Amino acid sequence: MSVRRIAQEQPEKFEFNAENMIWAEELIKKYPVGKERSAVIPLLWRAQEQNDGWTSEPAMRKVADLLGMAYIRVYEVATFYTMFQLSPVGKKAHIQVCGTTPCMLRGSKELIEICKKRISKTPHTLSEDGDFSWEEVECLGACVNAPMIQIFKDTYEDLDEKALEELLDAFARGEQPKPGPQIERTLSCPESGLTTLTEVPEYVPLNLSIGASDVAEETASEKEASGEILTAVSDTTTEKKSDATEVSSKENEASPKDSSSADKTTEDLKSAAASALSEKSSGGKAATDTVSDEDRPEYLDGPRDGKGDDLKMIKGVGPKLEATLNALGFYHFDQISNWTPKNIAWVDNSLSFKGRIDRENWLEQAKTLASGIETEFSKRANYDDAPKGDK
Amino acid sequence: MPKLNINGTEIDVENGSTVLQACEQAGFEIPRFCYHERLSIAGNCRMCLVEVKGMPKPIASCAMNVNDLRPGPEGQPPEICTITPPVKKAREGVMEFLLINHPLDCPICDQGGECDLQDQAMAYGDNSSRYDENKRAVEDKNIGPLIKTQMTRCIHCTRCVRFMTEIAGVEELGLIGRGEDAEITTYLEKGITSELSGNVIDLCPVGALTSKPFAFTARPWELTKTESIDVMDAIGSNIRIDSRSGEVMRIMPRNNDAVNEEWISDKSRFVWDGLRSQRLDRPYIREEGQLREASWDEALELVASNMSSTVPRKAGMIVGDLATAEVIFSLILLAERLEWKNIDCRQDGTILNKTFGEASTLFNSTIEGIDKADAILLIGANTRLETPVLNARIRGRWANGLVDVGVIGANEDLTFETHHIGNSPADLSKLDHGAGGFAEILRNAENPMIIIGATALKGEDGLTNLIAAAKLAEGYDAIKPGWNGFNILHTAASRVAGLELGFVPEEGSLGTSEIVAQAKNNQIDFLYLLGADEIDTSNLGDAFVVYQGSHGDAGASCADVILPGSAYTEKNGTYMNLEGRVQHTNRAIFPPNDAKDDWAILRALSGAIGKPFGFNNLNELRTQMYNSNPKLAAVNSLEKADSQDVIKLAAKDIGDLSEQALSVCVEDFYDTNPIARASKVMTEMSAIKQQSAEKATGTHD
Amino acid sequence: MLQDKDRIFTNLYGMKDVGLEGARKRGSWDSTKYFIDKGRDWIIDEVKSSGLRGRGGAGFPTGLKWSFMPKESDGRPHYLVINADESEPGTCKDRDILRNDPHHLVEGALLASFAMAAHTCYIYVRGEFIREREALQRAIDEAYEAKLIGKNNVHGWDFDCYIHHGAGAYICGEETALIESIEGKKGQPRLKPPFPANVGLYGAPTTVNNVESIAVTPTILRRGGGWFAGLGKPNNTGTKLFCVSGHINTPSTFEEEMGIPFKEMIEKHCGGVRGGWDNLLAVIPGGSSVPCVPAEQMMDATMDFDCLSGLQSGLGTAAVIVMDKSTDMIAAIARLAYFYKHESCGQCTPCREGTGWMWRVLERMVKGQATKREIDMLFEVSKQVEGHTICALGDAAAWPVQGLIRHFRHVIEDRIDQYAANPDPDGAVGEPVAAE
Repeated sequence: MSVRRIAQEQPEKFEFNAENMIWAEELIKKYPVGKERSAVIPLLWRAQEQNDGWTSEPAMRKVADLLGMAYIRVYEVATFYTMFQLSPVGKKAHIQVCGTTPCMLRGSKELIEICKKRISKTPHTLSEDGDFSWEEVECLGACVNAPMIQIFKDTYEDLDEKALEELLDAFARGEQPKPGPQIERTLSCPESGLTTLTEVPEYVPLNLSIGASDVAEETASEKEASGEILTAVSDTTTEKKSDATEVSSKENEASPKDSSSADKTTEDLKSAAASALSEKSSGGKAATDTVSDEDRPEYLDGPRDGKGDDLKMIKGVGPKLEATLNALGFYHFDQISNWTPKNIAWVDNSLSFKGRIDRENWLEQAKTLASGIETEFSKRANYDDAPKGDK
Repeated sequence: MPKLNINGTEIDVENGSTVLQACEQAGFEIPRFCYHERLSIAGNCRMCLVEVKGMPKPIASCAMNVNDLRPGPEGQPPEICTITPPVKKAREGVMEFLLINHPLDCPICDQGGECDLQDQAMAYGDNSSRYDENKRAVEDKNIGPLIKTQMTRCIHCTRCVRFMTEIAGVEELGLIGRGEDAEITTYLEKGITSELSGNVIDLCPVGALTSKPFAFTARPWELTKTESIDVMDAIGSNIRIDSRSGEVMRIMPRNNDAVNEEWISDKSRFVWDGLRSQRLDRPYIREEGQLREASWDEALELVASNMSSTVPRKAGMIVGDLATAEVIFSLILLAERLEWKNIDCRQDGTILNKTFGEASTLFNSTIEGIDKADAILLIGANTRLETPVLNARIRGRWANGLVDVGVIGANEDLTFETHHIGNSPADLSKLDHGAGGFAEILRNAENPMIIIGATALKGEDGLTNLIAAAKLAEGYDAIKPGWNGFNILHTAASRVAGLELGFVPEEGSLGTSEIVAQAKNNQIDFLYLLGADEIDTSNLGDAFVVYQGSHGDAGASCADVILPGSAYTEKNGTYMNLEGRVQHTNRAIFPPNDAKDDWAILRALSGAIGKPFGFNNLNELRTQMYNSNPKLAAVNSLEKADSQDVIKLAAKDIGDLSEQALSVCVEDFYDTNPIARASKVMTEMSAIKQQSAEKATGTHD
Repeated sequence: MLQDKDRIFTNLYGMKDVGLEGARKRGSWDSTKYFIDKGRDWIIDEVKSSGLRGRGGAGFPTGLKWSFMPKESDGRPHYLVINADESEPGTCKDRDILRNDPHHLVEGALLASFAMAAHTCYIYVRGEFIREREALQRAIDEAYEAKLIGKNNVHGWDFDCYIHHGAGAYICGEETALIESIEGKKGQPRLKPPFPANVGLYGAPTTVNNVESIAVTPTILRRGGGWFAGLGKPNNTGTKLFCVSGHINTPSTFEEEMGIPFKEMIEKHCGGVRGGWDNLLAVIPGGSSVPCVPAEQMMDATMDFDCLSGLQSGLGTAAVIVMDKSTDMIAAIARLAYFYKHESCGQCTPCREGTGWMWRVLERMVKGQATKREIDMLFEVSKQVEGHTICALGDAAAWPVQGLIRHFRHVIEDRIDQYAANPDPDGAVGEPVAAE
């Protein structure tokens, strides 16, 4: 960028047209009282649009007067932000060629050569007929469609020399070519076709109810506990489904078996939630009633020395699950590391997240943690508990 | 008080101070360019980087508050290193960056010898440059007749922008563009319209902004530096007069937190070229309408004989705005010997008089007191044009949201927002108790200030207005132990000392306006003008006019005899500022040719009339003066006046307040005294201001 | 490999209905009120437990950032500011969210604002994204219309969402510069402290988040932090939008799991490297600000914060710039140096002066018009910029240069030798180095 100077020749004055004036007044209201100068960039931009694509000196003063700003402050803004064109631009098109590395790698230099050849040798210079001007700009944020150009509001992407020539011809004829990729391609999707989003399941609404905070508690902790996904695959009955069924049916067999299948209705879900509610309200220990107390692992009434281990260090245990584990009397890694398979089944059942303890190898993790060594997961979990910035 | 460990030494520092200040306190110098203690913190030059233990990057010490530092793991005080190799390296790096695009034109740069960049490059820079590319060149900007720009030298510290925006309150300078192409400029290179703009020259750490009138005339090390006092307004800014070979080359501010901090107005700074032109350098006598050169003996004899033959009631003496206390004292002695009673030191026609109580003539809250005020009422006082530096203090407090300012009088741009209450003294009634608006602000104020300007104190209404203001002050509880919120805003450097010495007519004698009016009717036979140029000299009848002063201005042009005196840079004199603070000027240069020290002229005159003064030198004069006016002996100190004076004044009855709008006191800031009028620079500024005013009214549709 | 059922941005390419109706079908605005009823702390905890790290480049944990906001207002309003000033070369992910999946963002804005007790959110869209701005405005209008946001909306949390836009300044992607820009000033970063969470927009507590960080939160809440945390790798959880540009057969933007192996990613979504894997020269894996990584190191890399920082580079914005052996590495980095010179705000010394210096030296090195000593000097200059500036742009300008010298010093040296052997190959007088 070289020094940006305003054009030598300037119009006498600038006034917003009636429509833009109304727009401006609405715009200013977006900002708190006394902070009207926030509107300076949008106003200057609108002025530039109204003024054939460039920001004149009277326009700067007009905006300053509208916002009660000193002229120098608006001048600073207009010269700082490079989208404000300080001299006239082509009537039909001002070509902004992205020249930054991603576009350069795919041929933006050649595009610039065409601009030099067809429009003018130097940027920010009108073509002889005044219809065109060009400049090299920095990354326009369409790198996967490189090389690309922007003409006023639209981008023209995936160009090559031929495509640019054709675009310029079209603009010269006064046409408005179709923006976007100039090859057979949908936006940023691979040219060869979709590599993702081909099997997106239909979304199944959660319709989680309002006001029943206990339900919320329950559902959330289960969601977390099981890592359950709440979209169901529409055409298959998977293991997920039975998992979900288990969630809702847990103890209350009255709950419909198919409550999580794709065709379940809102009512179904609501009733599932309601049953979950009733279950919860019957007492927090409800879940433990169905399994034999013999299998219950040894538990504590409170943490030893008043301070439990941070169970969240175990991969798979979040704050909610930790609270639940604590409620069941588990506070320490060594407690968990000593669970027998039967214990595990009991806990599994109590928390109804089938197989997860084994799957995530809690015992092994807990053993390591109990010995004071960090697991890979606990290393990362640490940052949550030890925020760097607030000490 | 936070504890810090700086380079191994533990110290306690003030809460809220910056790391830079803490390091200074510990005795470690921190280089800086953008940081200035009176400006907001920009942190952009990166010269003041220091290491803080535990932080991954060096920090800008000017911007880091000590309270934001974290103690060590065992609660040790934060450790700061300013002398380690990484700090040295960081400074060298920044220095190198600052220099790569800075021109190597020190030999032709006016900043040479007092350049922060030069000094710090010596102290903190490496000894060579590795930069092989072309250096940047930046177009110079024309921003008026006062400030010369050489923008290639600019290091983008933005001190100037911050000063203009924050202190001067005029948003005209800015940094346009961005990156390495960023440039300091005004909007389309318009001239700066602030009365304080010259201060950016002192603030600029390099030679980007230098003094235009001083350009290429001298090197700082050639100049003799004399500490003195400014007389362009009544606040008595502390200045340093730099002279060479008997000429004043420039004037700079001196720091005095109680008075001008470290700012001076453009008039104070740039008036010095007026000291060289229009000088009265020998006595003149008018013969047949023409002035001719004369010898001192001849002139003094002529004056003495006319003096002696004049009937006292038909004689008058008026003292101008720049006179020292010593001269006024001498003139009083002369008047006593002649038994002349028509004497006045208030050529602006105000009614101020110590007989109403000393406090009724002073700025009692003091200039520093502004920093405590939470409501200020200006009555006929344009602080911006009458006392720009004092105005900047009010603005500073306003900008921090700590004071509300109300105005009675012309509604002008004071560089801060004001509540305009009305134009005339009668509008004071809007501030009656129980009223809302600004009255409520005054009522809720802890330390309200009422500032009355000269324009409200003139003529018949003057006393009424003065008493009304006193009543207001009393009513709003502005007079209480520890706080006197009643203030007079003087405009002339000589005035307070003149009032203190009592150079005012007694009851039944004539004051300035009466003397001038009577002269018009040929009722005055002899008029002695001691540097008095601001009176109407168009028709002084057939009075024999003697003008004693330094510049050929209004007074001299109507004089029958001219006695050439000395200007404020040429004499040791005593001034009292508007607060009553006594300060001394010191002679920097000698008066030109035959011009003499003013007290010596009067002493010679006393001899010529056969009633010589009893002193032979300035010290003897001062001793005598101190005997009769002990207050003047208390140099550089401020003795506050008794605030009961204001209460007594408030007890007086007054009639109706005038409904006539108060006039503007200072119409042209650059044209208020003979020296300013003799200055080409001031004249140019004055013309520019007039042009832009005309343009503004002409194009405003 | 991420499965479609775990993708958040299911309309990334705009092939389905972008409007509210379509967005709702894809899950947006489902149970939003429920999450709000759960309370601020719950939302923040859930986001914390998801392990989401900021998607704007620095990778700071999002939930943690939110928790820095004052719990109670001291009378000042709180603000959420969403950074849609996507300008990092190589990066074009937020663009697709804005134009194709904007309701994720609007809903996320509401939830995040609520979590931080903000009633107002400004979305700062880069000036060049005009159509994207229009698309986002349509989504916001729809949300207002449906009373999903605004005063007295169905969610019970008064919330205004405004678009503000820039006008061509990369630096406004820095959070404090962005705040300055919204305030109507030049985009010059502020000194920190104070941090925006204490003194931000209009002097009030403010959090600035990247578009993607905000846009993924509704889905995280709907599916649980644990779900998100279960994807990817520890400390590098969840899904991520990748944009791969440069010398690959099919450049594209897509959503993948964090930690996906680089090779797999290129093969699956980008049609492989142009000319085959043997033709790969180097990769800039996280947007222009991170140092390049040579092919041999990149082959086994996985796309996540930790692996790439282990390679002295970074995941940044997950904008991958692939360069094959036809690339003039010096020119590619010189162009980036020009970019940083162009985008430096000019406020602080090392960046203002250093970026131009580095670019000029590199331009000479492209031609070989330099001495080998200058390579070390250039490295030192970059070190003099790094860490000494007010904001991170100085670091971002220094790193690509350091990456070049670290890995491709021999290329620079060869070029210098070539030039020294034959300084005037065309017989023409050597072109003078232009000042600009």
